[in-house]
Amino acid sequence: MGTFTMPSLGADMEAGTLVEWLKHAGDVVHRGDIVAVVETHKGAIEVEIFEDGTIAELLVPEGEKVPVGTPLARIAGTGEAPPEPAEPAVTPPAKAAPTPAVEPKEMAAPPVAGRASPAARRLAAEHGVDLSGIAGSGPDRAIVRADVEKALAQPQARRRTGLDLEQMRLAIAAAMARAKREIPHYYLTHSFDASASVKTVEDYNAARAPENRILLGALLVKAVALAMREFPEFNGFYEAGRFSPSKAIHVGVAIAIRGGGLAAPAIHDTDQLTAGELMAKLRDLIARVRRGGLRSSELADATVTVSSLGERGVESLLPIIYPPQVAIVGFGAVGQRPWVVDGQVVARSVLTATLAADHRVSDGHNGALLLRRIEDLLQGAETLL
Amino acid sequence: MTRDELSAAIVEEIGNIAPEADLTSVPDDADLREALDLDSMDIFNLVVALSQRFGIDIPDADAAHLVTLGGGADYLAQRLGTPPGASRRERPGAA
Repeated sequence: MGTFTMPSLGADMEAGTLVEWLKHAGDVVHRGDIVAVVETHKGAIEVEIFEDGTIAELLVPEGEKVPVGTPLARIAGTGEAPPEPAEPAVTPPAKAAPTPAVEPKEMAAPPVAGRASPAARRLAAEHGVDLSGIAGSGPDRAIVRADVEKALAQPQARRRTGLDLEQMRLAIAAAMARAKREIPHYYLTHSFDASASVKTVEDYNAARAPENRILLGALLVKAVALAMREFPEFNGFYEAGRFSPSKAIHVGVAIAIRGGGLAAPAIHDTDQLTAGELMAKLRDLIARVRRGGLRSSELADATVTVSSLGERGVESLLPIIYPPQVAIVGFGAVGQRPWVVDGQVVARSVLTATLAADHRVSDGHNGALLLRRIEDLLQGAETLL
Repeated sequence: MTRDELSAAIVEEIGNIAPEADLTSVPDDADLREALDLDSMDIFNLVVALSQRFGIDIPDADAAHLVTLGGGADYLAQRLGTPPGASRRERPGAA
């Protein structure tokens, strides 16, 4: 008999509201299944289970707010009789559990707007409703206004979309204050010629339809993920006075929310994805950060974080580590700058990468090697595809 | 399609990408990235949405045309064969 508990979706979370049970007593569940929806300051999060079994009993009713670690349900193991008395078995923390399988359809299909009438799109946009979750009743199963109205009438359609930016601000404040209080950060900065990466993206995109193209950001994330294989002291968690490196590389990607706010959900096994797969994941994550619908494992699993300012950003950033992680890599905006090549000053696309790392775990020497390695990977960017 | 209809199509697709963006007061020639805080991923999604909606390929190099409503409408008009400026007020004679 196991216990399914309120997960900690980041160092900044103390409690969550169980808004909906998606599985009920008697239902068979498998590792990676989404069993409940929990409302946090990061919006409504779909919470996965990390064991196989049968739901024996739900312990917390919908609508109740409970602290992290509170037992939510009792799980009978495979072949176990459900009504046995509960043992004090502890569910492994989400970040220690192996990554649940990712829904394959997400990998294959980037989220694009389905067929929907303009009126339906408008109404959905007004209410922040995700059209992909609505069944269409119009011609060719297109979504019409009435379908959106029907979806709006169901409370959960609205419930899943909201982000409480005020709560999110408090959560960011708590996490960042803790980081600055507890983590002795050191910072390194490295600027390099990123023309090769820019060209690789242009060449890759030239032969592809818009939906299959990539942004430079996908290569940056991939480069960091691959570098982590060689620099494990930057990939993992510092908890209870010691560092535990993570074998898996789940890069958290800092995503800004218009109007303020930030989340850094994880892309699971980032180092194993092609640039195209990574781009599809990024698009999907950004869409879900902004409208709600992140999964528990995405919020708890990140082993290192990348913060990229994008084309409208400034030259560089000195980021703050998201505890209990031990490193964060920042990328400024790529800009045309004077650069010396073979003794001549020429205009080049220059990128500045920064590293903030935890001095309890690593030192500047290896940090510098890490940034150099990231540069090397981006210089040979076609290997990142 | 008239230029106004193309402009409305762009507005609608931006509304899908950034539902919280207020498009009512955005001038025709304003940089949407600045006016609405759109990032490169938003522009990427706009290119995807418009290329699928109109069944045309929009090369990366042309995405720069789509960062203003006016530029986007002109670009789509040209790509779709709509007479340029078919309903532009500043071009008398073109109805």
